[in-house]
Amino acid sequence: MSYLEYTQKAIPTGVNKVLHLNWALILLTSAVCCVGFMMLYSVAGGSFRPWAMPQIQRFIMGLSVMFFVAFVPIWFWRNISAVAYIGSILLLLAVEFFGSTQMGAQRWIDLGFMRLQPSELTKVTLVMLLAAYYDWLDPKLTSHPLYVAIPVGLILFPAGLTFIQPDLGTALLMMMGGAALMFLAGVHWLYFAVVGSMGGGLVAAVFLSRGTGWQLLQDYQYRRIDTFLDPTSDPLGAGYHITQSQIALGSGGWTGRGFMQGTQSQLNFLPEKHTDFIFTTLAEEFGFVGAVSLLVLYLLILVFCVYTAVKTKDRFASLVSLGVAVTFFLYFAINMAMVMGLAPVVGVPLPLVSYGGSAMLVLLAAFGLVQSAHIHRPR
Amino acid sequence: MKRSQKETEDSARKVTRRAMILGGTMLATGGILAARMRYLQVERASDFRLLAEDNRIGIEHLQPPRGLIFDRHGRLLADNEQNYAVVMKREDTDDLDGVLDRLSRLINIDMDELAEAREAILARRPHVKVTVADRLSWEEFSAVAVNAPALPGITPEVSLSRIYPYNSDFVHVVGYVGPVSDYYLETTGDTDPILQTPGFQVGRYAVESGLEQDLRGEAGTLWVEKNAAGRVMRELDRQAPIPGDDLQLTIDAGLQNYAQARLAGESAAGVVMDVQTGEVLALSSAPSYDPNLFVRGISQADYSTLLEDPFRPLASKTVQGLYPPGSTFKMMTALAALEAGVIDVDETVTCNGFVELGTRRFHCWRRGGHGRMNMEDSLTQSCDVFYYDVSQRVGIEGISAMARKFGLGQRYDLPLSGIASGLIPSREWKRINRDEDWLIGDTLNVSIGQGFVLGSPLQLAVMTSRIATGRAIVPQLVRSLNGIDQRSGQAEPLDVPEAHLNVIRQGMWKVSNHRRGTAYGSRVAEETMQIAGKTGTSQVRNITATERAAGVTRNEDLPWERRDHALFVGYAPADNPRYAVSVVVEHGGGGSTAAAPIARDLLLRAMYGDVPPLSAYPTGARRSIEDMHDDMELIPVTPAEDQPGAIRA
Repeated sequence: MSYLEYTQKAIPTGVNKVLHLNWALILLTSAVCCVGFMMLYSVAGGSFRPWAMPQIQRFIMGLSVMFFVAFVPIWFWRNISAVAYIGSILLLLAVEFFGSTQMGAQRWIDLGFMRLQPSELTKVTLVMLLAAYYDWLDPKLTSHPLYVAIPVGLILFPAGLTFIQPDLGTALLMMMGGAALMFLAGVHWLYFAVVGSMGGGLVAAVFLSRGTGWQLLQDYQYRRIDTFLDPTSDPLGAGYHITQSQIALGSGGWTGRGFMQGTQSQLNFLPEKHTDFIFTTLAEEFGFVGAVSLLVLYLLILVFCVYTAVKTKDRFASLVSLGVAVTFFLYFAINMAMVMGLAPVVGVPLPLVSYGGSAMLVLLAAFGLVQSAHIHRPR
Repeated sequence: MKRSQKETEDSARKVTRRAMILGGTMLATGGILAARMRYLQVERASDFRLLAEDNRIGIEHLQPPRGLIFDRHGRLLADNEQNYAVVMKREDTDDLDGVLDRLSRLINIDMDELAEAREAILARRPHVKVTVADRLSWEEFSAVAVNAPALPGITPEVSLSRIYPYNSDFVHVVGYVGPVSDYYLETTGDTDPILQTPGFQVGRYAVESGLEQDLRGEAGTLWVEKNAAGRVMRELDRQAPIPGDDLQLTIDAGLQNYAQARLAGESAAGVVMDVQTGEVLALSSAPSYDPNLFVRGISQADYSTLLEDPFRPLASKTVQGLYPPGSTFKMMTALAALEAGVIDVDETVTCNGFVELGTRRFHCWRRGGHGRMNMEDSLTQSCDVFYYDVSQRVGIEGISAMARKFGLGQRYDLPLSGIASGLIPSREWKRINRDEDWLIGDTLNVSIGQGFVLGSPLQLAVMTSRIATGRAIVPQLVRSLNGIDQRSGQAEPLDVPEAHLNVIRQGMWKVSNHRRGTAYGSRVAEETMQIAGKTGTSQVRNITATERAAGVTRNEDLPWERRDHALFVGYAPADNPRYAVSVVVEHGGGGSTAAAPIARDLLLRAMYGDVPPLSAYPTGARRSIEDMHDDMELIPVTPAEDQPGAIRA
């Protein structure tokens, strides 16, 4: 029972909901998606195949899912968040057993019409569950050790399952997103300080364990860290992506080389030019102006999510909106940092732009939650 | 649990405060990202631009040689030849038109082609290589190479392209390769990066298409360092391409060539199979066309000519053509009757020329009737009334079951395009597809291979092989792949009593060797090579009452497209079967006159392994056979050299 349900009288019903959607947010997300279609068209050498067309179809599907989620009252989503979380955990377990392996990682379940990536789904259901948890919890108990341990477990379980797929990037994203939500809910500062210093210790352990019997990461993950620290050490091997993507980015200059005019023919052979490294093509073809414009679009989306969160007085609605914002932020910030050489290559797509069905669908559904919070806010 | 108003507002305030902190952090991170972008894209832009232009690592794909295709004796049916081409990369020149103009003076290229190439270059991204001209002579190619400094952006390149040395003989089996189209990418979902290389070709038809993945091989990679002019400074690393698998077919090139020549002038199909192994030795369809036209890119005019030809050269009639089998189906009805026990081997049926069923009359092809017929005679003389009679006792389901057992109505898994499955009807089929009940008249029609029954020449050859051996022979087209034997083992017995089969075989022997047999005119004189077969004439449509009134009673009086199809199936030698044949001559008239002689020649050619000697033919026919062989334009099939990818026969 929350504050919200007592003030339902003022909430729009039926077709009126359409008028109360946050249209600015919808326009912004659509704009970002359109940038994505353009870039996919460009990296395919000026063709809607093989990427832009399916992406457009998924966008249309995702948009319908978003509207559906938006029109369902936010308290319904709170009530089923535990079920959604358990469902996505089961899917994650299913990937372990029935998933198909691609690029060395087991991440997908083939549904026939699309490949579902349960780890993407889990990012959102985790945010929902944590928000519902803090909505239920007496605010006075937020920093009680027992009530801190529970959400930590809820975060670590799916993150662990994702980590062993192995998909380090998504696992880190889940942990950071979860931690941010706990922070927002008001968990005491000290906990974060302790975990932060422990994290530092862990990083040290990761490096010290290398080459010993109890090595903590996979070899390829170590290589990616090496590459991050010194991309020039191996320009043809593991450092190739980073070196080439920085050259591409840098050679874009102020205004770029123009649409479809990127000369980094090397990028033509980057295996992930349409997914994780798509930002380099954008930056090369549209330059600093284009890259910053995309960044501004992203930040504006965050602003509208935070605006919704602050405007609603319902704890669940507010936390979910913020959680979605943080998840979205982590996606693009890590991806951009990665291609610009500020973070190691961890395999995080550029949200709404990179080619990929699951991520786009899940993100649009997540924005649906923000919309639902917006429509059904108490007035 | 209802919380107090104050508590709720407290927590909301806390969320808001921390949200602001987090929002601030996110904005700050955004600022850092923007600063980094500025650093890379503005401050260091010129450095990176230099790196990008001056000294960059290029990756080029190395085309894998496509697997070669051999016949069963190791003769080359599809080869790769060097193709001298000129490709262009727009980013390496500032003066595209000037370069193209200078190029056009060095090579033989007309204005239209040049304009087309210019458009293609402008349509692609600047760093993408586009083929300007290919199939150049060595002189043109070296002229371009010598003048390279005056032609920035132009590179002479040697690639491999497909060539089919026997021209039109094998197109219906081997097929052809062609450019990678959007349609191809869409329908196959093939994402092999080599497909993006200019001029790369993929299998588009028949075996080339069916075994594309085996024949293609894997692209190699070349890492090179280039300077500002795009010239390769040094090779950094090279991963050699993996050639496609060499493929050996079961086809006999000599026999296939003979069959194509023998069918020339007709719209016809002929299949020759090894009855013991199911290996397909010849799969010929006439008329044919030159696959090399498609490799080079066929002109619209040539393509329209092929498309509009009433003899349909583009169709591979052996597997795609479906025909009512006519009297060649009678063996199935006879075997079904024996299996059901509704007739004894010696029991006779009297043929008065027709059977009456209600108000309808079903005629025998011989209007005057055959008189008393037993099963053997009914095959020899192809009496229809005998089958009208026994089919009513067996019923459609028994006949259909027997036909399916002998391989009709099913699709064989061969690497060919558009294989048809044919049709063996049943009561259920008619109910579902026609929404009508099965009628006795339908059974009568089916019993003589008319009505709903449809079969392809390949299916008829399989049926004949199964009759000859009593085993479930399955057709095979691939002998070996990359030197690994692909043939399946001995086929299973069919579970049909040998006694029943012997009645059929005896009847079929008489068709070709008894004075009253319908194919006696096409008998073989050489006793060890006698044929057992069956003629068939299948109606395309009935002669209408109006036409009959106008005096049209004979098939020859009808326009070509309404004449009957002529069929023949058979195997030889009759006493020790080795080869089965089926021949369909579209609108050829009678099976005994149009199809049987062709089938005989194909069987003889298979048995002798060469153009058959005149002694194999009856004395009366030798003169015309000699003339025919003189007129046939056979390509001398060169003896096979030792081919590494082929197993020798």
